[in-house]
Amino acid sequence: MITLPEVLLLAAMLFCISVVGIFLNRKNVIILLMCIELMLLSVNMNFIAFSHFLGDIHGQVFVFFILTVAAAESAIGLAILVVMFRNKDTINVDDLNSMKG
Amino acid sequence: MNADLIIVLPEITLLALACLILIIDAFSKDPAHLLTYWTTQASLLIVLALILFDFPTNTAIAFHGSFVSDAMSATLKAFMCGISCVVFFYSYEYVKERNCVQGEYFVLGLFAVLGMMIMTSAYSLLSVYLGLELLSLSLYAMVAMQRDSSSASEAAMKYFVLGALASGMLLYGISMIYGLTGSLQLMTIAETINVDATNRMYFVYGMIFMIIGIAFKLGAAPFHMWVPDVYQGAPTSVTLFISTAPKIAAFAMAMRVLVDGLMPLISDWQSILIILAVLSMATGNIIAIAQTNIKRMLAYSTIAHVGFLFLGLIAGTLSGFSGSMFYIISYALMSMGAFGMIILLGRNGFEADLLEDFKGLAERNPWFAFVMLCIMFSMAGVPPFLGFWSKWFVLKELVASGFVELAGIAVVFSIIGVYYYLRIIKLMYFDTPNAMTSVKSSKQMRFVLSMNGLLILALGLAPNILMALCLTVLSG
Repeated sequence: MITLPEVLLLAAMLFCISVVGIFLNRKNVIILLMCIELMLLSVNMNFIAFSHFLGDIHGQVFVFFILTVAAAESAIGLAILVVMFRNKDTINVDDLNSMKG
Repeated sequence: MNADLIIVLPEITLLALACLILIIDAFSKDPAHLLTYWTTQASLLIVLALILFDFPTNTAIAFHGSFVSDAMSATLKAFMCGISCVVFFYSYEYVKERNCVQGEYFVLGLFAVLGMMIMTSAYSLLSVYLGLELLSLSLYAMVAMQRDSSSASEAAMKYFVLGALASGMLLYGISMIYGLTGSLQLMTIAETINVDATNRMYFVYGMIFMIIGIAFKLGAAPFHMWVPDVYQGAPTSVTLFISTAPKIAAFAMAMRVLVDGLMPLISDWQSILIILAVLSMATGNIIAIAQTNIKRMLAYSTIAHVGFLFLGLIAGTLSGFSGSMFYIISYALMSMGAFGMIILLGRNGFEADLLEDFKGLAERNPWFAFVMLCIMFSMAGVPPFLGFWSKWFVLKELVASGFVELAGIAVVFSIIGVYYYLRIIKLMYFDTPNAMTSVKSSKQMRFVLSMNGLLILALGLAPNILMALCLTVLSG
């Protein structure tokens, strides 16, 4: 039987992987988008685990909202990515440095 | 159920009108999008009228405790609608001058206002999250709207990635608080934390993530990385919008989450906010000195102002919170004036976003140099302007709550901050202009901006009106 702390630990690990991915990744913006998606999914896991062990439905409802918002968010993220690629001809994170100070 | 619908009537109206305007704009062939523009302004005024006409005298909760309507939310929403009206007016002048009017700008702006109104009235963590995302997603798209600008798309990307990171942090905190209390409703959360003293450490763990999310959205140091780049890279019309009404909404969110939901943990969030406030005032005021771009300088000044905003929350009393509310409203008015001035001085092909563009403005146009002087003195906190009183009220409450050292630090940093505001006044009054170009903007733009400057002066001469309003709505 899986216990609540085990699920929370897994979710926390996924969350850490995604945060570290955002900060360490210096190559590709698409990987950033993947990290953001992973982050939201790890939170979903938290919610579902709590919802299951508390016997409360609100957490699962919240997950549906997060999934919907995540879809809209990645649509906007990819749209911005396309605009950026048209202007800069690159999606390298290191090239996002025209503004300084 | 019907009573619930009446409570959310302003939001429903705004949603319906925004969808209608989206359709109107899709069928409009007018390159100036006049119809879209005027319907946008009209819908904001309709919503404003609805809020003021049915001003809530007591707290009403709707939709199973996920939406609240009280005097504070109604006041903040009224200010958001009013400020957005003026912001759209300035923005329209900006895009009309450059022949790049896009109807989507106004529709996205209306959806952003809707998101802010939901955040302000949120009474459960789910509605906090949904309102915040509606606001943020609209803002990401608005920043990227100038599709041929390399800096705008770069700014949008940075804003998007860091904003999404902030939402993720906030959500992780929400999931923890939900797991510990078994509820998403702010009132129930506060009650549960009050009863349950053994799990305090875990509550604080969740709360820290939520505060990181809020600090990201407000742009407090050390989570301020996106602010300067977005302010500089985005078109001035969008920077103007981001720096005004959404700040009020972020304040409302902080009030809802920290005061309504996590009040039992006040001693813990006070100490976190003290760190954020000191860091924000330090980074904002010190780095702003090194800037040559006025949009970037104002971005750092925003960070410093957010630090001051936190001081009122740290005070932890009702009058402290109303000091913060006064602060954020006056900040929105000043920031609107400052960015409005950049729009007024610019023209097609010229942005007026460098400090040297303000050289000798007093010779070229004495009246607008005076308006800018009012705004800059106010931001620096020179009496008798509005900005002085906002700092005064916050610091007074901070000292009354016993945080004397913190108030001292705040005073020191705001004195450092005076330098870069005064530098602009020096450039305007004591330097010779590079070119004697006159200000060429339209009559109505001059009129509204003059009114904006005079409002800052007038409210500074009678600050008690606004302060009394803030106190009444928060205690009601």
